[in-house]
Amino acid sequence: MFRYFSLAFKNVFRNKRRSVLTISSIAVSLCLFGVLIAMYHALFLSQPTPGQALRLVIRHKVSLAQVIPFADEAKVRALPGVKEISVWNWFGGTYKNNREAKNFFARFGVEPAPFLTIRTDMKMPDDQRKAFVTDRTGCIISKDLAKNLDLKLGDRVVLKGDIYPYDLNMKIVGIFDDPDATTSLFFNWEYLRDLIPVGRRSLISTLAVLADSTEDSPKIAKAVDAMFAESPYPTKTESEGQFALSFVSFLGNIKLFLLIICAAVTFTILLVSGNTMAMSVRERIKEVGVLKTLGFNNDAILGMIVGEAICISLIGGAIGLLIASFLVVGVGKAAGGTIPQLHDLSVTPFTVMIALGLAFVVGVVSSFIPAWNAAKTNILDSLRYAG
Amino acid sequence: MAIPISYNIRNLIVRKTTTLMTGAGIAMTVAVLLAVLGLVSGLQSAFDSSGDPLHVLVLRKGGNSELTSLLTQEQFQIVKNFPGISVGKDGQPMASLEIVTVINLPNVENPEGSNVTLRGVSSRGVAMRKLTMIAGRPFAAGQREVMVGKSIAKRYPATQLGKQLRFGRGLWTVVGIMDGGGSSIDSEIFADGPQVAGDYNRPDTYSSALLQATDEVSAAALPKALESDRRLNVSVMSEKDYYTAQTAVSSAPIKFLGFFVCIVMAVGSCFAAMNTMYAAVARRAKEVGTLRILGFTQGSILISFLLESLLLSLLGGLIACVVVLPLNSITTGVGNFVTFSETSFNIHIGPEVMVIGLAFSLILGAVGGLLPARQAARKEILTALREV
Repeated sequence: MFRYFSLAFKNVFRNKRRSVLTISSIAVSLCLFGVLIAMYHALFLSQPTPGQALRLVIRHKVSLAQVIPFADEAKVRALPGVKEISVWNWFGGTYKNNREAKNFFARFGVEPAPFLTIRTDMKMPDDQRKAFVTDRTGCIISKDLAKNLDLKLGDRVVLKGDIYPYDLNMKIVGIFDDPDATTSLFFNWEYLRDLIPVGRRSLISTLAVLADSTEDSPKIAKAVDAMFAESPYPTKTESEGQFALSFVSFLGNIKLFLLIICAAVTFTILLVSGNTMAMSVRERIKEVGVLKTLGFNNDAILGMIVGEAICISLIGGAIGLLIASFLVVGVGKAAGGTIPQLHDLSVTPFTVMIALGLAFVVGVVSSFIPAWNAAKTNILDSLRYAG
Repeated sequence: MAIPISYNIRNLIVRKTTTLMTGAGIAMTVAVLLAVLGLVSGLQSAFDSSGDPLHVLVLRKGGNSELTSLLTQEQFQIVKNFPGISVGKDGQPMASLEIVTVINLPNVENPEGSNVTLRGVSSRGVAMRKLTMIAGRPFAAGQREVMVGKSIAKRYPATQLGKQLRFGRGLWTVVGIMDGGGSSIDSEIFADGPQVAGDYNRPDTYSSALLQATDEVSAAALPKALESDRRLNVSVMSEKDYYTAQTAVSSAPIKFLGFFVCIVMAVGSCFAAMNTMYAAVARRAKEVGTLRILGFTQGSILISFLLESLLLSLLGGLIACVVVLPLNSITTGVGNFVTFSETSFNIHIGPEVMVIGLAFSLILGAVGGLLPARQAARKEILTALREV
């Protein structure tokens, strides 16, 4: 098959318009396929970062909207393998207004000192770290958030409360860079706690844990859930990645949705490509006869036609991936607001492999039947074929 | 003079493999569009049928969701005696103080569990809504009993009649299944208000109040009257408006992803249709020449080929309509970040959606067919006749 590669490659351009149209069609479809696979990969298959693998989130077993006692913190801290633990209290609220998407971002009340230890991947200057620990009404925001909202150090941020009916008026004392918290604001939980009536102060929404090692993480999760299973506040402990995914699953069955569309796209490319190959082979039956007269055997002809189809679909696939690599940036930015995992969407080697693999398979499958028929046709019949 | 349409139909039939393959390619694209529109339309109808025009919803000031709203017993005592609220047979105002939270239940699609709205209501709250019991009975006051919406019962195995759910401070028995006529009630779980409030340690702070106005005029006037009362500090809106706002939030992710996919697939399908039509034009060069000699004008040849492309894509559109029909019976759910819970709904691919799908397929056909048709029409008669 590879012996005749140059001939197969030349054949790709015999009918330029058709090849260009087929390649464009495959490119567009594979571009879409690439974007979807990149999304799927980012959501469901990506390896947790080293920090993420060490971090766990403890929440109420029934749902995030339910609270757990602050007293759990001390009990979990005493477990073996727990390096650090901090309150991780969700605060809803409204920033400015709810009309603009950029005003939606995660806001959590934390205990600054342990929190900064837990965020192993967080980069922030030392003086800002110190300020966050000491300033009770200080808050820190991510670099991206600072850019989106046009905020800088020293600016004030006011969050209007809802579930917690208290307004928080805070000063930005730090701007951080953290790959796993790209659009978040963190503030000192004590500030919020002191606003809450004494009777309800002891309840929080979640706790964040840092394990000593990755081996400890699952053990801690099991131990925590077992410890509180029979308490009035049973818990569910998940890795940070799983916890983030639970938000995604909540938008509907995105996994199934992505897979169905990928299947539809694959099927469409197969049809398009198969159709073109059938057309182009039919046009060429006479030529196949000539080739056979010249001594090319059936396998060579089969290989040549299949090779041509593979060339076309691989060229389409490569162009598609190139477009996809630009497209994902925009898609990531647009979807990243709601689904943080998609924020830094990129075409990974995994995506390239899957997409080009599909292109190859499409090339083979779509051309095999027409090529087989052409190769099988007897010389006289093919020379007589009128087209 | 126009070339008879039967000429095009026969041409499509003669090249049946190519026709079917191109048609099927277009069908896939249209099917994806139909599925997305079906999801959006199903979601829309779930929210459209939610809310009574006479119902008015009272939330905490600035609140836009029952889940994040807080309303105290004290506020409710003031609210329920406002003029314009209709009075029940027992002489009490038709007003219901409700507590709304979410619980997590595993379902068929998502074993990790999805959030479902739990609504603590009084028997008055139940009476104010248009719901019928399909099975079992309503919950009894002061008991840990729940009745579940019919979509919930269908999608969550844990909510079968007689089963027990663990939330709050104990086990709650499912005693009834209710039908809210396609409204959001079908995706909710109802239980006794005071019992829920007790279990969640919120005996005084409920979430919201639902009021029934005497007529449309008072329904329109109530929000303003309540919001301007300085004792209350509440936001008030018609129940209809509340659900309309949720439709937009819930359908946004589907629309975003769905339409993105549709547009890209449409571009791909256009190229494919163009390819097929160019091949058709190339194969029939001689025929085109003959037609011209017979006196058919360039215009009628252009129209004829364009028509053929439209027929081809219409076939694709029709295949798509048939293919997506089985989706109609599927019940699925989407969540949103306003209610923090799932709304179940039936995918609804009705005639309007199908008309849009067919129109979309025709657009694909027109765009894909225009250039090849133009090429056919512009062929020199002599060259065309000489082509092999």
